[in-house]
Amino acid sequence: MGFQFGAVLAFTVVAIAFAAGGLTIGRLVRPNIPGADKAAIYECGERPIGSAWFNFNPRFYLIALVFVVFEVDIALTFPVVAVYRAWVSHGAATAWVAFSELLLFTLILVVGLVWVWRHGDLEWVKKVETDESAPNGQPSSLAASKRAA
Amino acid sequence: MEKLIMRRVHQGGEEMILNFGPQHPSTHGVINFLVETDGEVLRRAVPDVGYLHRSIEKIAETIGYPQFMPYTDRIDYVSAMMANEGWATAIEKMLKVEVPRRAQYLRAIACELCRMASHLVSVGTMATDIGATTPLVHGIRERESINDLLEALCGARLTYNYHRIGGVAFDLPAGWSDKALKFLDHFEKLLGEWDRLISFNEIYVKRLANVAVITREQAINYGLVGPNLRGSGVSFDCRRDAPYGAYADFDFEIPVGKGFRGAVGDAFDRYYVRVLELRESARIVRQALAKMPEGDIMAKVPRKVKPEAGEVLSRVESARGEMGYYVVSDGTDKPYRVHVRTGSFLAMGIIEDLSPGLMVADLVALIASLDVVAPEIDR
Amino acid sequence: MSALPTPAPARTKTPRLAAIVSVTAAIALPLGLFCVILFATPLLQPALLDGFIRERLHRDPATWYWRDGVYTVALLVLAFVFANFAAIFSGILSWWERRVAGRIQSRIGPNRAGVGGFLVWIADAVKLILKEDLVPAEADQMLFRAAPYFVMVGFILTFVVLPFGESIAVSDMNVGLFFITSITALVVVGILLSGWSSNSKWALFGGMRSAAQVVSYEIPAGLAIMVPVLMAGTLSMQGIIRAQGGLPWQWFIFRNPAAFALFFIFFTSQLAEANRTPFDLPEAESELVAGYLSEYSGFRFALFFLVEWGNLWTMSAIAVTIFLGGWQIPFVPNELYAQLKGTGFPPLAWWGLEAASMLVFAAKTMVLVNVVVWLRWTLPRIRVDQMMSLCWKYLVPVSFACFLFTLLWQIAVAAVPALETAMGVGLTAVSVVLAVLFARQTHRNITAIGDRVDLSNW
Repeated sequence: MGFQFGAVLAFTVVAIAFAAGGLTIGRLVRPNIPGADKAAIYECGERPIGSAWFNFNPRFYLIALVFVVFEVDIALTFPVVAVYRAWVSHGAATAWVAFSELLLFTLILVVGLVWVWRHGDLEWVKKVETDESAPNGQPSSLAASKRAA
Repeated sequence: MEKLIMRRVHQGGEEMILNFGPQHPSTHGVINFLVETDGEVLRRAVPDVGYLHRSIEKIAETIGYPQFMPYTDRIDYVSAMMANEGWATAIEKMLKVEVPRRAQYLRAIACELCRMASHLVSVGTMATDIGATTPLVHGIRERESINDLLEALCGARLTYNYHRIGGVAFDLPAGWSDKALKFLDHFEKLLGEWDRLISFNEIYVKRLANVAVITREQAINYGLVGPNLRGSGVSFDCRRDAPYGAYADFDFEIPVGKGFRGAVGDAFDRYYVRVLELRESARIVRQALAKMPEGDIMAKVPRKVKPEAGEVLSRVESARGEMGYYVVSDGTDKPYRVHVRTGSFLAMGIIEDLSPGLMVADLVALIASLDVVAPEIDR
Repeated sequence: MSALPTPAPARTKTPRLAAIVSVTAAIALPLGLFCVILFATPLLQPALLDGFIRERLHRDPATWYWRDGVYTVALLVLAFVFANFAAIFSGILSWWERRVAGRIQSRIGPNRAGVGGFLVWIADAVKLILKEDLVPAEADQMLFRAAPYFVMVGFILTFVVLPFGESIAVSDMNVGLFFITSITALVVVGILLSGWSSNSKWALFGGMRSAAQVVSYEIPAGLAIMVPVLMAGTLSMQGIIRAQGGLPWQWFIFRNPAAFALFFIFFTSQLAEANRTPFDLPEAESELVAGYLSEYSGFRFALFFLVEWGNLWTMSAIAVTIFLGGWQIPFVPNELYAQLKGTGFPPLAWWGLEAASMLVFAAKTMVLVNVVVWLRWTLPRIRVDQMMSLCWKYLVPVSFACFLFTLLWQIAVAAVPALETAMGVGLTAVSVVLAVLFARQTHRNITAIGDRVDLSNW
């Protein structure tokens, strides 16, 4: 046991050392001629407009939440799944007990998935709402924030 | 533009404004789109052109009529043959020169081969923009064969300078027709492979069908031309509807968008119209080779081209649609004003209005489906 | 026909030295790597190390103070071996992918550095080390520099439990498969970090796409992994392989119709998690220029790409392990290994068997690696919303159905064991028929345009 998880530590150390070693060797041999242009952010050759650190809307907050639920479930199911075969080989009674337990667990998730699906949270909303007050139907952030709310 | 940027500064919301281009793999040259997005979804994309402006129209005013021919190659280097032809027909109209039949046939052959080469690049880069790299290489491979043929015909592979005012520069080399026919045999079979490889690939269809739909009315109102117009179901082609050169002699179809895999006028229609046009162009080349008349390849044109004062408009069907040369002469040996009307420039106009609600990946598909070539936008 | 005859292209002749070096490297590097792994991994295990301490150092391993020291050295040596395997093999795979892509695209591919361009990946590595390392002034310096380490650690750690042969796995953890699913998440952390810290909008797009993608596809992948676990009754990688057999109908993929479906779901999810076409959205070059890699250069960039190509091997190896029978050699029962090994230093026959099992595993993995490469150069890229809906609306429900089916299937198999064998033989036969039909159609397509199957000019 100690050896097995010691391996994880040893591999971590070596992986970090590998990356660090490569970069250190590189530092010795590579040129280093800094310049303002080189240190600029790439935005297709134009000067970047504003910073890239803002509230990016990846449209999957809810999916991310659903993911957390599913992933925790999968993590919790793994041990049950691992012993399922042993329970099945014990006899029909234990087999059906194990089956109904896993079925119950899975059904809760499936119901969750169906609910999320029906609720439309799996849809990628592409429609851009236009604000009436904006000239020539320009979409405005106001409409977007209303939608988000 | 300024307003757009300022709005961003004031808002500080979840939107971002970023420069899509000029140095971007999918803008097909140095074009800049100022893109306002909400996550992956575009609010709008505003094209900002002019990065490639070389004042070609102005150059025409400073040099003589025949000398401008090589410059027309640079207006649209992907289908330079048609740019040549537009200039040649404009000046021939001014001089009232009758081009010999053989020269007209040679022009048709050269132009259709060039159209095939251009469409191969167009559909190939479109596939690359959608993420499949192999079709482009296959398209370029076939284009190489076409380039070989055109090189044998006129000595150049990209900027042909083949047309002359009153005819063409060179006659067919010996054995050229056989070689061309051999290529066409191979090429027509290959179009089946092209469809198997990419056109009807499920992912590809899903990416293009119902994306950036241009309705019939929109296409007409925005003045779209060529495959972009035909993709929206409008059957208009200068070769048939305003025949020039030898095109009245040939029998060919004008493919139009029928909603092959989605709505009429979507990105897939525009794409597939180009694929179908490849076949039609091959048909025209075959007919022209079969019916090739004997005779001169140059009309009698004075050494010093000096048209009477006046103006003329020529229309040719380039690979990117109707291409017009509007030439004003003041009776000297240099044009007073030249204006080139190009398909790509017209196509740029519609992008802003189509962009709201598209995704970043769709914008790429839209630009590719309009087959924009940067130097054509900035003459 | 044209006035000037086309000059014949000048034949480039590879210099003799470069030819010798590249051919030697092409043979010796993979062979050497596999040999080192073959010998080092079983020898540096606790049992043999204890024997070594007892017999050579004349100490009692149970009480000797420096025993852990010996273990640590052994582990570091193993880690070093596997890190080198990962780095060199991903280099070789990068060359291989470029060559295969060249064939697919009817061009030549790299052919200058050495015979068949084999040395090109070494040249690439040297070039990337020599490149200036640029960090944008406005980037988050610390996170920007840290991101490649996360990616690297997440990648190298999979080799802890990844089997190569019967006794050739650094550690056969009882939670092996679970360990892999958890540790690969580190790669995503690295990609997300690189995307955010770059302060570039393209990188941000890439990072966010990557997060959405991996987060979503973890679910079908996790559910797909459960089915082999159900069938084997263990989470240990080696245990799962031992529960299978050497012949196709003894593999999990064919023994259960749900597993057959889940293999493809798992493979798709793995493509998504490794950012391979058609799921290469995070670095979609035609949309995002270079995605999360936009601001990286030099060796830091190389580390990301090392992981990308290294993942080719790991993802294929995991799929082979849990669905395709792993290292099992036909007609060799599991007990034979233990019988041959005995106690103490293992005999030659055992080493031979181990080498054979390793060969089988590597061959199967390479087949899958080639499938991944083939897909990459054939398919277009799907869009973000399609990627999400494919996952949540198709893969997840189907995986749930397959999971539930397997629960019942296991009960049925427990009652009628012959069911599994019958299904195995049946599905194998169906797959063979499908493969033959596919090959015939491919041949027909090639001949239809007057081409022929040409494997020369390699």
